[in-house]
Amino acid sequence: MEHIRTPKVEQVRLLQRRAGQRKPLLGTLYLSATHTIFVENHPETRRETWVLHSMVSGLERPPGGPTGSQLVLRCKDFRVFHLLFPLERDCVDVHTSLTRLSRPESYSELYCLSINPNTNQEEREKSWTLVLPSQDYQRMGLPNNLWVATAANSEYKMCDSYPAQLFVSRWASPAVLMGSSRFRSRGRLPVLSYFHQDTLAAVCRCSQPLSGFSGRSEEDEQMVTAVMKANPGSDFIYVVDTRPRLNAMANRAAGKGYESEDHYGNIKLHFSGIDNIHVMRSSQQRILDVGEQRTPSMSDFLLGLENSGWLKHIKAVLDAGVFIAKAIADEGVSVLVHCSDGWDRTAQACSVASVLLEPYYRTMKGLMVLIEKDWVSFGHKFSHRYGHLDGDPREVSPVLDQFLEVLWQLAQQFPCAFQFNERFLLDLRTLAYSCQDGTFLGNSEKERRSLRLQERSFSVWSRLWRDREKYWNPLYRAEQSQTQGVLKPNTTPYCFKMWKGLYSPAETPAPPAQTPVDFLSSVREGSQQLEQQLANQQERLAALTGEPISYQKVEVPKRKINQSQLRYSGPDPPTTYSYPITSPAQDHGSSHHAAEPANQKTRRPAAGLSLPLEPPGSGKGRDPDDLSSDLESGVADLSVGDEVIGGQNGEEAGLSSE
Amino acid sequence: MFSECVVPVGIFLSAHQGLVLQVMEFAELIKTPRVDGVVLHRPFMPTVEGTLCLTGHHLILSSRQDNTEELWLLHSNIDSIEKRFLGSLGTIIVKCKDLRMIQLDIPGMEECLNIGSSIEALSTLDSVSLMYPYFYRPMFEVIEDGWNSFLPEDAFKDLEAMTDEWRLSEVNRDFRVCTTYPPLVAVPRDVDDDTLRKAAGFRHGGRFPVLSYYHKKNGMVMMRSGQPLTGTNGRRCKEDERLINATLRPGKRGYVIDTRTISVAQQAKARGGGFETEANYPQWRRIHKAIERSNVLQDSLVKLVEACNDQSHSMDRWLSKLEASNWQTHVKEILTTACLAAQCIDREGASVLVHGTEGTDSTLQVTSLAQIILDPACRTIQGFQGLVEREWLQAGHPFAQRCSMSAYSNSKPRHEAPGFLLFLDCVWQVLRQFPCSFQFTEQLLVLLFEHAYASQFGTFLGNSAAERVRLSLPEKTVSLWSWVNRPQEIDHLSNPLYEPNSLVIWPSVAPQSLLLWEGVFLRWNRSPRCQEEAHEEMVHIIEYNKELQNKVNSLRRQLAQLETQEPPLQTP
Repeated sequence: MEHIRTPKVEQVRLLQRRAGQRKPLLGTLYLSATHTIFVENHPETRRETWVLHSMVSGLERPPGGPTGSQLVLRCKDFRVFHLLFPLERDCVDVHTSLTRLSRPESYSELYCLSINPNTNQEEREKSWTLVLPSQDYQRMGLPNNLWVATAANSEYKMCDSYPAQLFVSRWASPAVLMGSSRFRSRGRLPVLSYFHQDTLAAVCRCSQPLSGFSGRSEEDEQMVTAVMKANPGSDFIYVVDTRPRLNAMANRAAGKGYESEDHYGNIKLHFSGIDNIHVMRSSQQRILDVGEQRTPSMSDFLLGLENSGWLKHIKAVLDAGVFIAKAIADEGVSVLVHCSDGWDRTAQACSVASVLLEPYYRTMKGLMVLIEKDWVSFGHKFSHRYGHLDGDPREVSPVLDQFLEVLWQLAQQFPCAFQFNERFLLDLRTLAYSCQDGTFLGNSEKERRSLRLQERSFSVWSRLWRDREKYWNPLYRAEQSQTQGVLKPNTTPYCFKMWKGLYSPAETPAPPAQTPVDFLSSVREGSQQLEQQLANQQERLAALTGEPISYQKVEVPKRKINQSQLRYSGPDPPTTYSYPITSPAQDHGSSHHAAEPANQKTRRPAAGLSLPLEPPGSGKGRDPDDLSSDLESGVADLSVGDEVIGGQNGEEAGLSSE
Repeated sequence: MFSECVVPVGIFLSAHQGLVLQVMEFAELIKTPRVDGVVLHRPFMPTVEGTLCLTGHHLILSSRQDNTEELWLLHSNIDSIEKRFLGSLGTIIVKCKDLRMIQLDIPGMEECLNIGSSIEALSTLDSVSLMYPYFYRPMFEVIEDGWNSFLPEDAFKDLEAMTDEWRLSEVNRDFRVCTTYPPLVAVPRDVDDDTLRKAAGFRHGGRFPVLSYYHKKNGMVMMRSGQPLTGTNGRRCKEDERLINATLRPGKRGYVIDTRTISVAQQAKARGGGFETEANYPQWRRIHKAIERSNVLQDSLVKLVEACNDQSHSMDRWLSKLEASNWQTHVKEILTTACLAAQCIDREGASVLVHGTEGTDSTLQVTSLAQIILDPACRTIQGFQGLVEREWLQAGHPFAQRCSMSAYSNSKPRHEAPGFLLFLDCVWQVLRQFPCSFQFTEQLLVLLFEHAYASQFGTFLGNSAAERVRLSLPEKTVSLWSWVNRPQEIDHLSNPLYEPNSLVIWPSVAPQSLLLWEGVFLRWNRSPRCQEEAHEEMVHIIEYNKELQNKVNSLRRQLAQLETQEPPLQTP
C-alpha cells in the first residue's frame, strides 16, 4: 500500500488498440494493492478493465501533447494500454506507483500470497490434490521391474532443482546415482520422464555432463548403461542434446559439453539445434513487433516473420519432440534428453514427445499433469523465466510459450486430437506469467516447499479445471483415430503459421465472423439443454400416460463424409454414380467407363498404407519405414481399422443424404 | 504384345462411328496405347501396379483387380511431364494443372518414350472440337440443364422486382457492339441503344459500362467496363459521360475504381487507352489501386507452387520463397480493392464504376468479390454459381486463354494468368474468416479451380459468350452446373456451419489474417484425413442437434395433446 501515491484519478482516457478498439474510453483509474482498475464513465456500460500488477511488463511515458500526459502500459500477455491523464502530476504519480508495484521484490508481495488462505481452507487443500505427478507415474505403471522409485533426493540433497520423487533404472545402484549426479551440471542426473508401456522404451532427462574435452565418470557411464538396460528391446539409447552442435561444443571449453560416443559405448548422439533462452527472448520480441505493425504490406509481414526466426524455433522444438517420439514408438529405443541445465529445452523436448506419444496428455487433465511433472516438479524456473519478481531480465524467456505454441500448431494439423481449445493454452500462458496462484511461483520444488505454498495459496489447476466448460474443444472425441495412438505431425515449414490469437488478436474481422469452435460449442451447449428438456418431457409423458418412463436416446449415425472422393471428381470422369449405365454407346462406349463407377466408389487413400510421392531424384526408398514420418497421413495406427471405414465410405457416398 | 495394342483404338472405332475421323487423329498420336507392369505412385495413396492405357482423352491405369484403385486422368489436365531413365526402367512424372504430381514407372525405354510423347501431344491439342467435353456423355441423370440455370433474363427479373431504373438491352444481340459481352446487358433505363453503341466505341474492346450489381439496401450500383479510349490527346465521349452519369442520384458523386496504378493508367494513354479525367467526369472521383495482371500473376503462381513443393526443411527458405512469389500480396491487393468498392457502395452510399484495361480480369475480381461481401445471396451454393456465371463467364473472362496452362508448364506463357484462381483464393479467405456465412464449403471452390483448367464439362470452354455460341457448347456439351446441382453433390458441398444472415461481411485484409490456401496449394502435400474427420465431427454435432430439436418438438406436441385430453390415470 505504501507504494500507491495516488489511488484514484478521474477523467482518464484509455485506448487499447490491440483489442481492436479505435476510440478511447473516458473513465476513472484506480490503483489497488494488486490491480490497476479502469472504470468507464459511460453510465450504461461502465466497462471495467482490470490489470494485475504482476502482468505489467513495461511502462513508458512518451512526450505528452496539449491534451495531457501519456502513459503506456505493456503487459506480459501483450496487451498494451494507452492512458491519457489530464494532469501531468497524476501521470507521474501513477507511473511511479506502478513502476514499483509491477516489480515486486519478494514473493510475499505477489497476488497469490496476498489472499487469506484460510477462508476456503478445504477448497485450498483440495486444489493441491487435483493434479499430482505421482498419479501420472502410477498411470504409467510405475514402479515396475525396470524402473524404480529412489529416495536419494527426498531431502533435495542430491539435486536441489529436482523433485523429491524420482524414478530411475533398476540397474542403477545408489553409488552410481550419486556419482552420476556429481558428473552432471547442477547435479541433474538421468532420471525417468516418460515410460512408454507399449514398447517399454523410456524418455529420460538430465543436464549436460561435466566432461569438458576428456573428462569421464565411470558412474555416469554406468548410469547411461543402466538406462539402456531398463529397455529390454534395445542395445543402445539415443542421447538427444537439444542444443545446436556448436553451442554444445563451446560448452566443452567450460568443462561441460556432451557425451562422447567413444566413452559411452551404447549411445547414438543427436543434436536438435534449439537455440538458447536469449535467442528466444529476442525472437519473440521481433514476432511481437510483426504482429503489432500498423498497416504492414504482405512483404513487410512475411519478411518480418522470417527475420523474427520465431517459427524456425517452434519447428526446432517440434522436430526435437518428433525425433524422440519416433525413437520411442517406432524403434522402441530409449532416449536420454538434455540441454545445458536440463530445465528449459529439455522440458520442451520431453513434454512435446510425451504429447505426441500419449493420448492422455492431449486431454485437459493430462496436459496439467504433464506440465506439473515435466515443468513444475523438474525445476523449470518459472519465477525467473516469467519475471515474477524484479530481477535479471536476462533470465526471462518464453520457454513455456513455445511449448504451448507447439501444441497450438499441432491442433491445427489434428483438429480433433486435443480435448482443450486455443483459449485454454492462452489462459494457461497468462497464468504462468501472472502468478495468480501458487503453482508457478518459485523456481523449484524445494523452494516451493520451503515457502509452504500449499498452505498459503491455491493451485492454478483447480482454477483452470473449474472453468473447463469454456476450454472444451467441441471436435474432440476420445474414439477418433487422431485422438488415439501416436501423433505423427508433418513438420514441413509450410505447416507452421503465426499464432494469431497470441501475437495479433486485434486483426479479427467484424461480426458475424465466428470461429467454428465457438459456433460448435454453442451448438453443443444447445444440445445439452435439449437433452435435459427431452428427459423432462419424457418424464411428464410417463406421468400423463401412466406408462413407465422410457428414456429414448436420440441417435444420429455418424456420416462418413469422404471428401477424398471429391478430390477426384474433378477432371476425371465423375465418380460415385448411383445410376445404372444405360448403353455401351455412351461415352464412346469404353468398357473401362462402364466398369469405372464401381471401382471409383471405393476410391480413397488408405492412410496407414500410404506412400508419398517420391521427391524427385530420390530413386529408391520404397520401404515404408524410410518415408514414414513427415509425409505420411499423420496418424500412425490407422491402417487396420481404416479398411472397414473405407468400405462404408463407398457405400454411403452413393446414398449421400440420410 | 503388338496385337494387344490395337484394343483401345478398336474400342474407339466401334463405339461411335460418327467420330471415326477425329478418333483417327488421336490414333495417330497414340504410338503405344498400352503397357503392362506399370507402377503408379501418388501422394498419400498406395502404389498400384497395373496396365497403362492411353485413349484419346484419358490416361488410364488399371490394376485389373476388384476394388483396387484406378487412375483416370484427363490429358487436358496434364500441364507438363518429365522423363527419366534408370537402365531400361523409364519414369514419367506427370504434373497436372490441379497441381497434383504422379509418377509412372514404365518398363521399357521405347514404351516410355512413346507414352511420353503421346501424352505431350494429346495434352496440347489445339482444336477445341477435339476436347473431351464434346465426347463426354453424362452417366448421371440431368435434373436441370445447367446451360439454362443462370440466364441473364432470369437475373434481370430479380432486379426488376427491386427497381425500375434499369432495362435489359439487346444492343449486343449479335455480338457486334462488344464481342466479349453477352447478348443481353442491364443498362440505365433512360439510356438508349444508340448511346450505348457510341459509348462502346469509346471503351476498350467495346466494353461500355454495364450493371454488375444493384445494392438493394440503398439503391447504389456497381458497374464495370473497359478503360476509356482517351488516348494522348484527351478524347472525350459525351455519350459515355451521359451513360454513367445516368446512374447517379441528383447531387451525388460516384467513384471510379481503376484497378491500375496512376502511372500504369497514364502509360495506357500512349496506346490509345486512358482514364476518366476530372474535367470530363466532374461527378466522379477516381481511385487507383494496384492489381497486377497477366504474366506477373502467372509468374507468381509458378513461384508459389515451386515453393510449396520444395521439400527442404528450412523455415527461412520457405518464408522468403513465399514472400518472393508475391501471391499473398496479390490476394491482399484484390481483397482490399473489393472492400473499397463495397465500402463506397454500402458505407458511402455512392455508386461505383470499376475498370482496369480490358475489363476482363482484375475488374471482374473486384466486382465479383465486392458482391460476396455485400450480397448474402452470393454466399449460397446456387448464388455463387450465378455469380461465377454472371461476373466471369458471361462477363467475358477469357477462360480458354487464361487457363490453358497452369503452374508446371514449361512453355512460355502468352495469355495465361491465374486471375480466376486468385478470385477463388480471395473467396476462400473470406469464407475462412466467416465460416458460418457461406452455404458452401471450400470444396466448391476447389472444384471450380479444377474445372476451369480441365474438365469433362463445356462450361469453361471458350473465351466469351459469343464463342460459346459459335462452338455450340450448350448443344454439344454438358454444363458443370448440371452436375453440381444434383442433390448428392450439393450435399457434399454444403457447409454444416451455415447460418444464413443478411449482413454485409467485412473481411480483415491485414497480412496476419490472410493465409496460404492449403486446400489448393498444399492439397497434394499432406493427408486430408484429419481435416476430413474434423468435418465429419462438425456435421455430426449439427445433425445431432437438429434431431434433438425435432424430437423435443414432436414430444411437445404430443404432451400438449395429452394435457388437453382426459386426466392421466384414466387412460388404460
